Amino acid sequence: MPHAIEVESLEKTFGGKHEVHALDGVSLVVEEGTVFGLLGPNGSGKTTTVRILTTIIKPDAGVARVLDHDVVRDASLVRSRIGLAGQYAAVDENLTGKENIQMVGHLNHLPRRTVNTRATELLQQFGLAEAANRTVKTYSGGMRRRLDLAAALVGRPPVLFLDEPTTGLDPQSRNDLWEVIEGLVGEGTTVLLTTQYLEEADRLASTLAVVDRGHVIAEGTPATLKAQMGTTVLEVGLPSIETAATTARLLEDLGPHTPVVNGTVVEVTVDNGPEAAMTGLRSLDAHAVVPTTFTLREPSLDDVFLALTGRRTEDEEAVGLLPTGPSGTGVLPADRPVGAGEPR
Amino acid sequence: MTAIATPPPRSVQPHRLLCALRWGVSDTLTIARRTILSYTRIPEALFFSTVQPIMFVLLFIYVFGGSIHIPGFSYVNYLMPGIFVQTVAFGSVNTSIGLAEDLQKGLIERFRALPMARSAVLAGRTTADLCRNVLTVIIITAVGLIVGFRPTAGAFSYAAGILLILLFAYALSWGFAVIGLSAPNSEVAQVISFPLLFPLTFASSAFVPVHNLPGWLQGFATYQPVSVTVSACRALMLGGPTATWVLQSLAWSVGLLAVLTPLAVHRYRTRT
Repeated sequence: MPHAIEVESLEKTFGGKHEVHALDGVSLVVEEGTVFGLLGPNGSGKTTTVRILTTIIKPDAGVARVLDHDVVRDASLVRSRIGLAGQYAAVDENLTGKENIQMVGHLNHLPRRTVNTRATELLQQFGLAEAANRTVKTYSGGMRRRLDLAAALVGRPPVLFLDEPTTGLDPQSRNDLWEVIEGLVGEGTTVLLTTQYLEEADRLASTLAVVDRGHVIAEGTPATLKAQMGTTVLEVGLPSIETAATTARLLEDLGPHTPVVNGTVVEVTVDNGPEAAMTGLRSLDAHAVVPTTFTLREPSLDDVFLALTGRRTEDEEAVGLLPTGPSGTGVLPADRPVGAGEPR
Repeated sequence: MTAIATPPPRSVQPHRLLCALRWGVSDTLTIARRTILSYTRIPEALFFSTVQPIMFVLLFIYVFGGSIHIPGFSYVNYLMPGIFVQTVAFGSVNTSIGLAEDLQKGLIERFRALPMARSAVLAGRTTADLCRNVLTVIIITAVGLIVGFRPTAGAFSYAAGILLILLFAYALSWGFAVIGLSAPNSEVAQVISFPLLFPLTFASSAFVPVHNLPGWLQGFATYQPVSVTVSACRALMLGGPTATWVLQSLAWSVGLLAVLTPLAVHRYRTRT
């Protein structure tokens, strides 16, 4: 299949008081007509990659091509073939929904008549027809994102960049937006999506790259990535830190990864959830350990990270959190709920 | 099949240039239109360009006016050219606030990823400001006539004075565009803008004769751009020797444009 996006050893450093290596040799390939997910925590380099690919900033080193056009040398050609919707919902609050789309249409140099029909079409398609003539100030967060996406699509771009399209949205709006994005892919648009949510990447993307500190640390289909780290997380809450340590030892044989103790909570990623749950419960029962909670859940980005790097996503300071061995003492004060901030 | 590889005829070059120019103008108008639409929906911005000059006129004429005596002028006539220049100067703060807001909200990012003319974001914004200033000078002219402003030098000369003011305001817009593009957010843009404007508008010949100011201030107050433009307008609107002041004002405006336009464009290109 031909490549819509090719990125080779991209590097970018931001100067200033604290120099930041935002990208440290990122390479990736996106096939035409597919959704590619860039998954990573804040500051991992996702947005910088998108800004380079959309010609907003220039890389320090490396090459990036969109539909065979170099993003630096043929920037204007690239711009006429792409759409960008960002996490900050870049729409003008003082204009109406319709005026926003028309403005972007005119700036895309579409004929006046096309601009007007496209605006009506898109507002309809995104459920904004009734709000079309209201200023964006009166829109909800979900409506703004939809309008932002609609504006990005006005020129029917063959390649679409979505930078954290659903960050900060409520579950209903997120679901609505996912459906819209799935619809686009059905029409053959190539999408590069950045996200912090494993669930989002899993649902939308056919290929994933996990980025961390400006590097791609893992790449593959959602299925292969999940297989690498176990498909389900078994989470057991215990009454004390001591019983948690005991439990971690008892659950050691369950999964491909060693159990992780986080305060009084033990987490272990497993391949077969129900089977692991039954084995685990039997083993706890045999040693007279009574858990306070016992849950199976989908892994979050946090879990992926832990599996790939041994670190949590927001762990720059939380060095105490280590995967626990048999005599594991990797205990962190339970001041933070496990997986906080991730959608379930 | 070799025909396909034939390079395009030379005549394509000027055509492409013409095309770029056409899109540049079209994009500038799109951005200008959007900026003007925005203004009409922000009551504060409209207040600044309409009610504020009226209040200044009333304040100076009825509160301070009684204590200020200008030989050879009625105070209303002396004051009005100053009010024109002060109002358009204050209005140019909108340029810095607006651009800082666009940066903050990610609109500039969106513009940069569009196949639009690079120059249109700044050109459109300053064009919109120019349109707003046209409205402002019309309002001030009307208010002036109501409170007794009687320009005596004729319509042609009056229009020349107005054009001089609009040109000066346009140059200032580019200066405030530089501030807007350099400030981290719109609040800071506003905070930086006013301390620059106050000495320019008040340590000037706009409201009082310069020879009433302390000696150390007189040099600055005579030759700074606001004073020079006010003096040129006074001469054009009320009569008197015009050439020196008009030339000085033109020199300031053209000079400021020559320095500030490339500076603003540079800030726009390099701001990440």
